[in-house]
Amino acid sequence: MQFKSMVVSNVELSPGYFRMRMTAPQELLSAQPGQFLMLKVSDAIDPLLRRPFGFFDVGTFSAEYAGCGTQCYCEILYKVVGKGTKLLSALHHGDLVDLLAPLGRGFDLGAPGEEKILVGGGVGLAPLYWLAKELVARGEKVRLFAGGRNRDDILCITEFERLGVESYVATDDGTLGERGFVTQVLEGHLKSSGMRIYACGPTPMLNAVAQMAQRHEVPCQVSMEAYMACGVGACLGCVMKGANHSDDTPDYRCVCKDGPVFDSFELQWS
Amino acid sequence: MQRPDMSVELAGIKMRNPVMTASGTFGYGAEFGDYMNLESIGAMVTKGLSLKPKAGNPTPRIVETPGGMLNAIGLQNVGVDAFISQKLPYLKNVATPVIVNLYGNTLEEYGEVASRLDGLEGVAGIEVNISCPNVKQGGIVFGTDPAAAREVVRLVRNSTSKPLIVKLSPNVTDVVLMAKACADAGADALSLINTLTGMAIDLDRRRPILANVTGGLSGPAIKPVALRMVWQVARNVKLPIVGIGGIMNARDALEFILAGASAVQVGTASFLDPSAAQTIARDMEQYLSDKGIPSIASMIGALEV
Repeated sequence: MQFKSMVVSNVELSPGYFRMRMTAPQELLSAQPGQFLMLKVSDAIDPLLRRPFGFFDVGTFSAEYAGCGTQCYCEILYKVVGKGTKLLSALHHGDLVDLLAPLGRGFDLGAPGEEKILVGGGVGLAPLYWLAKELVARGEKVRLFAGGRNRDDILCITEFERLGVESYVATDDGTLGERGFVTQVLEGHLKSSGMRIYACGPTPMLNAVAQMAQRHEVPCQVSMEAYMACGVGACLGCVMKGANHSDDTPDYRCVCKDGPVFDSFELQWS
Repeated sequence: MQRPDMSVELAGIKMRNPVMTASGTFGYGAEFGDYMNLESIGAMVTKGLSLKPKAGNPTPRIVETPGGMLNAIGLQNVGVDAFISQKLPYLKNVATPVIVNLYGNTLEEYGEVASRLDGLEGVAGIEVNISCPNVKQGGIVFGTDPAAAREVVRLVRNSTSKPLIVKLSPNVTDVVLMAKACADAGADALSLINTLTGMAIDLDRRRPILANVTGGLSGPAIKPVALRMVWQVARNVKLPIVGIGGIMNARDALEFILAGASAVQVGTASFLDPSAAQTIARDMEQYLSDKGIPSIASMIGALEV
């Protein structure tokens, strides 16, 4: 779908990180955690392209301006990194943005009874919150491992905990949780059966998680990020190498259409 | 008031309006079926095909620049045979002419791909890419040397009875010279411009942003260059012209028509808005309606200089 959406709120959570809520049509309620949206910040030609964001949350709320009815919303969690996100951070309640959503392939919620392990690095926590919400609603046991450089990178932990998710935190400088990489904390908790991992974050972290999952024979899904122009599988700008890719037998996967969520064994890790 | 007549005929291909999609920005058509009515535009031009499937370049392949984007996809495509068996059946059910873009790594490959598409139902015409700047030996030689262009166009001409459009590179000193060479060799129409070669640099890392180092610039930033080239070619070559380059809205498209184009292609705009081509076709008709212009044909080359 392509639709105009009104900004409901746009709040700075910690320095440089924002959480934005936008109105959405009812149809978006059938989207899946892990899917994403493409957002056009303005009608201007600079920045030209839409920006991709995973859904932080999708749901309904009662808004005073919606009369007695409920209004569907979607939320994104983003970090200001360049021109597009800087403009985005300046939007206020009532501003309009143009959205293309839902896009791509979301998370597979897995079998009931498995322990669900979420691993997020920095703003990579974004697509994991809605996933956690859905898993908790199904009665699943969910644990979160969150990592970042410092305490400012660890976002919305209280929201996860409010869902009943047990959380483990690690930061590079030790300002929150354990000092070190979140993957080190994770490894101590892995057992080979009855678990499923969901990870999103910087590529080196995903690389480590994917290899760890393979060693422990735990099924693992990763949500990837890439530069993309279209979001619908046409520009071929966002491709990643599939597991069996070689120069002679090329196997490129589009992050936008084949992903952004992949089974970790589908991709080639360095 | 009667609706304006938006139909055009390009090299024998009848189109309901002059809006086409540009190769490489519209996949194989199906990608956009959920977002727009594929039967609202004049024609679809599909992703450039080669004889064998092509992997394309390493990433990063794209980068945004002010008012545009650079791409170095590297002509990734499924190959002509997979196109015919997997992609064409979907397109046959859409009542819009399909123009298949093709390229070869060698002269012979151009001829071979063209002959495999010849006589196929559902292929209204072919567009030959002699100008893609990304792949070594992948077109830059043909697209920038008049003698080589003449040779490749003549070979493709002899390999197909389909209407033949040749897509020109802007990365030349004299685009009119190239246009004339292609016309002499038997092209039925010319489309221009392809992307302008450019590059982007990451200052702090002291590295090029694209893995391929250079890429092709598209988007609104290139529109003035494209308009100038269309105008120059239209004044000097008799063939019908398809105008391409940074068309974002109906006014942009109509400027190309005034400059001498019989049709236009919408490219990068489809990345921003997957229904851009449909919107542009609709708004062009509205413009003619508002101004009381009876037909789009009357605007072709109607620029007053």
